[in-house]
Amino acid sequence: MNVAFNANHLQFLLQGAGWTLLLSVIAFAGGGLVGFVVALCRISPIKALRWASLGYVQLVQGTPLLILMFLAYFGLSILGFSLPALVAAGISMTIYVSAYIGEIWRGCIQAVPRTQWEAAECLALSRVQRMALVVLPQALRIATPPTVGFMVQIVKNTSLASVVGFIELARAGQVVNNSLFEPFLVYMLVAGLYFLLCFPLSWWSRKLERRLVVAPRLEAAA
Amino acid sequence: MTAPVVRLDNVHKSFGALKVLDGVSFEVGKGEVTAIIGRSGSGKSTALRCIDRLEKIDQGRITVCGHQVSEPGLDLRQLRRDVGIVFQSYNLFPHLTAAENIALAPRHAKGRTRAEAKEITERVLAQVGLSDKAACYPEQLSGGQQQRVAIARSLAMEPQVMLFDEVTSALDPQLTGEVLKVMADLAAGGMTMVLVTHEMAFARNVADTTIYMHGGRVWEQGGREMFDRPQTAELQQFLGNGL
Repeated sequence: MNVAFNANHLQFLLQGAGWTLLLSVIAFAGGGLVGFVVALCRISPIKALRWASLGYVQLVQGTPLLILMFLAYFGLSILGFSLPALVAAGISMTIYVSAYIGEIWRGCIQAVPRTQWEAAECLALSRVQRMALVVLPQALRIATPPTVGFMVQIVKNTSLASVVGFIELARAGQVVNNSLFEPFLVYMLVAGLYFLLCFPLSWWSRKLERRLVVAPRLEAAA
Repeated sequence: MTAPVVRLDNVHKSFGALKVLDGVSFEVGKGEVTAIIGRSGSGKSTALRCIDRLEKIDQGRITVCGHQVSEPGLDLRQLRRDVGIVFQSYNLFPHLTAAENIALAPRHAKGRTRAEAKEITERVLAQVGLSDKAACYPEQLSGGQQQRVAIARSLAMEPQVMLFDEVTSALDPQLTGEVLKVMADLAAGGMTMVLVTHEMAFARNVADTTIYMHGGRVWEQGGREMFDRPQTAELQQFLGNGL
C-alpha cells in the first residue's frame, strides 16, 4: 500500500504550478488594469472619485484575501452566481491586487516632482497630455522595481485559492501528500517550485532597481 | 499707443495670513523688457507667477495679451500658448532629449506636424546656441545649457511675452553669463519680457523699466537712472547691499 513518490506525482505538482502561474497572470493583468484606474482616481481633481477610490483601497486592504476568496466563491454561489474556482479566485485576486498596486502606482505618480506638472501646464498641454506625455513616462520608471517586487507577493498569495478548491500548487501538494504522507519531501518540492517561480522576479526587480539608480534614462531611450 | 501686453491693476494676493502682494500695479508694453528686483519675500516671484495664472489672485485685475487672467471665463490653455515662462530649476523633462523637450508642446499643444515641429526645434536651438546638443538628455547638459534648452522650449511656442523667474539663480557666474547673453539677444530681437532677477547689472543694462518691490508693493519704478539715483531709503539700502 505504500506508494513511493513517482513521476505522476511530480507531474501533478507541475500541473499545479502551471495553474498557479495562470492565476498569477490573471491577478496581475486584472489587478493592474483596475489598479491603474484606482491610481488615477486617487489623484483625480474630482473629489467624489478621490473619496470613493480611497474607500475602496482601505476596504480591500483591511480585508484578508482569504475572506475575499470565500465571498467570491461561496458568497456569490448562494446569491445564484456559481462561479468556477478559477474565476472566483481570479476575481478575488484582481480586487486584492488592484488595491495594493493602485496605491503603489499612485505614490509613483506623485513622486514625479510637482514642477514637472507645472512646466507641462505652462506649455499649454491639457491635463491628459500632461499625464500621458510628461508624468506617466517618469512614473513608469519609478514604478517598475516595486511593481515587479509586488509580483512576487502575488505569486505566493495565489496559494490561498486552495480554499475554494482550486488545485494550484499548494493544493496539489496537499493532495499528493494525502496519498503519500511524505510531508517533508512533498512540501519541500512545493516550496522549491514556488521559489523557481518567484526567484526570477526578485532577481529582475533587483536588476531594475540597480539600473534605475545607475542610469535613469536607459528605459526612456529605448 | 497700443494696449500693454501685460497689465496688473491693484493686485492683492495672500497665502493664508501672509500678505504677499499688496496692491501691485504695473504695465509692460509690446517689445519692452521689465525687470523686477527686490529682496526675498518681497512678492516678485509671486507677481510673475500670477501673470501666468500659476497663482490665483484675491483681488484686482490682470490682463495679459488680451486675456482677463483674473476672470473666471479665462481660456487657460490659450493664455499658456501666448505666455512663455522659464523657471529657476529649468524643469526640463528628464525622459526626453533636448529636441524632444522642445518639440513636445508645438506638436501636442499647437497641433504642428512632425516636420513643422522639427523645423521650429532646429531654429530655437540655434537661437540659444545649442544645435549640437539636440540629442542630449537634460542630465548630460550643464546647468547653463539646460536653462538655454528651457528657454528654447518656451520660444518654440512662439509666445507673445516671456516670463523669467530667477533663471540664473542656480548657476555659477560663468554659466549665468551664457544664459544672460541669450536673454539679451532675445530682448534685442524685440521680445516682450518680464524677468525677476538678482542680476542688477543685467536689469540696469537690458531692462527698459525696472520695478523694485518691497513688502508686496511696487516701491520704486524707473529706467536706468533709478540705479544711479534711488529715491527711497529701502532701494538705496538694497542696491548698496547688492552691488
